[in-house]
Amino acid sequence: MNILVCISNVPDTTSKINFVENDKIFDTNGVQFIINPNDEFGLTRAIWFQQKNQATVTVVTVGEISCEPILRKCLAIGANKAVRIDSKALDGFSVAEQLKSLCEKESFDIIICGRESIDYNGGMVPGMLAQMLEMPFVTNCISMDVNGNEVIAKREIDGGVETLSCSLPIVIGAQKGLVEESDLIIPNMRGIMQARQKPLDVVAPANSFSKSSVDKFEKPPAKGSVKLVDPDNIDELISLLHNEAKVI
Amino acid sequence: MAIIVYAESQNGKFKKSAFEAVSYGRALANESNKNLVVISINADDPNELANYGPDKVLSVKDSSMNDYTAQVYADTISELSKKEGVSILVLSSSADSKYMSPLLAVQLGAGLASNVVSTPISISPLVVKRSCFTNKAFNHTTLKGSINIICVSNNSYGIHEKESRPEVVDVKISKNNPKIKVESLDKATGSVSIADADIVISGGRGLKGPENWHLIEDLASTLGAATACSKPVSDMGWRPHSEHVGQTGKPVASNLYIAIGVSGAIQHLAGINASKVKVVINNDPEAPFFKAADYGIVADAFDVVPKLIEKLKAFKSHQ
Ligand SMILES: Cc1cc2nc3c(=O)[nH]c(=O)nc-3n(C[C@H](O)[C@H](O)[C@H](O)COP(=O)(O)OP(=O)(O)OC[C@H]3O[C@@H](n4cnc5c(N)ncnc54)[C@H](O)[C@@H]3O)c2cc1C
Repeated sequence: MNILVCISNVPDTTSKINFVENDKIFDTNGVQFIINPNDEFGLTRAIWFQQKNQATVTVVTVGEISCEPILRKCLAIGANKAVRIDSKALDGFSVAEQLKSLCEKESFDIIICGRESIDYNGGMVPGMLAQMLEMPFVTNCISMDVNGNEVIAKREIDGGVETLSCSLPIVIGAQKGLVEESDLIIPNMRGIMQARQKPLDVVAPANSFSKSSVDKFEKPPAKGSVKLVDPDNIDELISLLHNEAKVI
Repeated sequence: MAIIVYAESQNGKFKKSAFEAVSYGRALANESNKNLVVISINADDPNELANYGPDKVLSVKDSSMNDYTAQVYADTISELSKKEGVSILVLSSSADSKYMSPLLAVQLGAGLASNVVSTPISISPLVVKRSCFTNKAFNHTTLKGSINIICVSNNSYGIHEKESRPEVVDVKISKNNPKIKVESLDKATGSVSIADADIVISGGRGLKGPENWHLIEDLASTLGAATACSKPVSDMGWRPHSEHVGQTGKPVASNLYIAIGVSGAIQHLAGINASKVKVVINNDPEAPFFKAADYGIVADAFDVVPKLIEKLKAFKSHQ
């Protein structure tokens, strides 16, 4: 079994979000980068397949050299090898095209992406990749079991859960539930040492173009201060919600 | 050339977000001087769309599409869109629409922007404002396709009624061959889902344990609201994961969000910030949630929530 996990390098969830150069560029000053949380749930699931089904787990990212620390972290968590496609991540479409060219060179049975990245929040790459490769696709995936060539996967939907079946190969969009928070693997010393010896291949990007570009960022307007209501005067809250905010 | 909207329905009924998407499509059609064509799949009464201004409605009724499969829906919508000469395709931001939008983008060779929060900043070139960094910021995205897809964020544009007399055309679809089969669907009946809710009531660790969740549930049922929780609450198994909201959980974009015993950590706020009005009930006046909220009560939830429920019941019965 050959598994590819697509990894996105994103700012830590506690990062201050600021922009520089006339709000054109995200200010990375002092920002720590992490494995996109949805991708990490997917990576952990892949490691379970490695442990139980002798799967080979390859991690890939489309990005510049600054992304290598998180690939090393994936190797320390247990991935067998890493690939960095040496290109700026222009937009969802061009990233999917880069990944597609890797998937056409090697054949993967399971391709795992995070359901969306926590920085761009596009949720585009996994579905685009699946469509480009004409593979079945399950996003918001909270469970996946493979038996021979058959897959049973669960997808979280608005207000419920859907159970789906298809055959390999498959692309999934991972999220919490696929594994639990407590299942995430914290690399130990041995893992970190081994990661240094594992292959991290840098490959040249395929020809691709983007279909969108980000011109500028904006922060939400500063909020007015909170109106405090006396706990002994609940009627006031109800009146505010009804007459002022008009939400009840 | 046309603006196309897919109006999502469930069990034959249009979703509220479908009317919002059609309203949004109407605005785009007016601004760009194009026709508005709306696609409906297995909705009982496609004529209902006439309240929101379409020039034409394409109604698909096909029992093979009773189960939603993203691939089959995307195949159908892209086929119909191409026939109508689509320039912009508008979808909502429901889980189902987000699922199929990237498939549609590849099939149509289209540019795609999700989480779009307002009508375009410019039509030509097409520039939209969308939320990013999990609601901590917005970006202006230029869509460069000759066809482009916009997924409108829930509750961002609103529903605008505009009567029209659309031609309603029944269309047949070419036979599809799904790669994925729906085995079963497990949907909580009766309760409101977080994605569809106007009001969301959320509980945090301050509620001390699952046995106290009747407070959240009673308040929610009084208001017809969905229930949600913070991440530790779902991690500890007090509540199901499907209720976890925030940066790593579900996003919330309701009209009213009431947080009870939730501290307001940055990762929690990120996911719920798109809600229009936020209320916090917390016994710690220093809790960060008070900085993000519109209204707040500094009090013990166990004292104040029962009173709030009682008062709201009285209020509702007088309406
Ligand atoms: C990578 C990462 C991702 C994360 N993603 C998310 C996410 O998606 N969603 C999320 O929610 N969190 C997320 N978190 C966790 C987040 O940092 C906080 O730990 C979490 O939101 C706190 O949950 P809480 O508010 O329920 O609990 P606490 O922070 O413990 O707050 C409980 C609050 O209840 C109040 N309280 C106590 N007793 C009472 C009472 N009797 N009456 C009224 N109030 C009372 C307290 O004053 C306190 O403010 C994430 C963290 C990380 C590191």
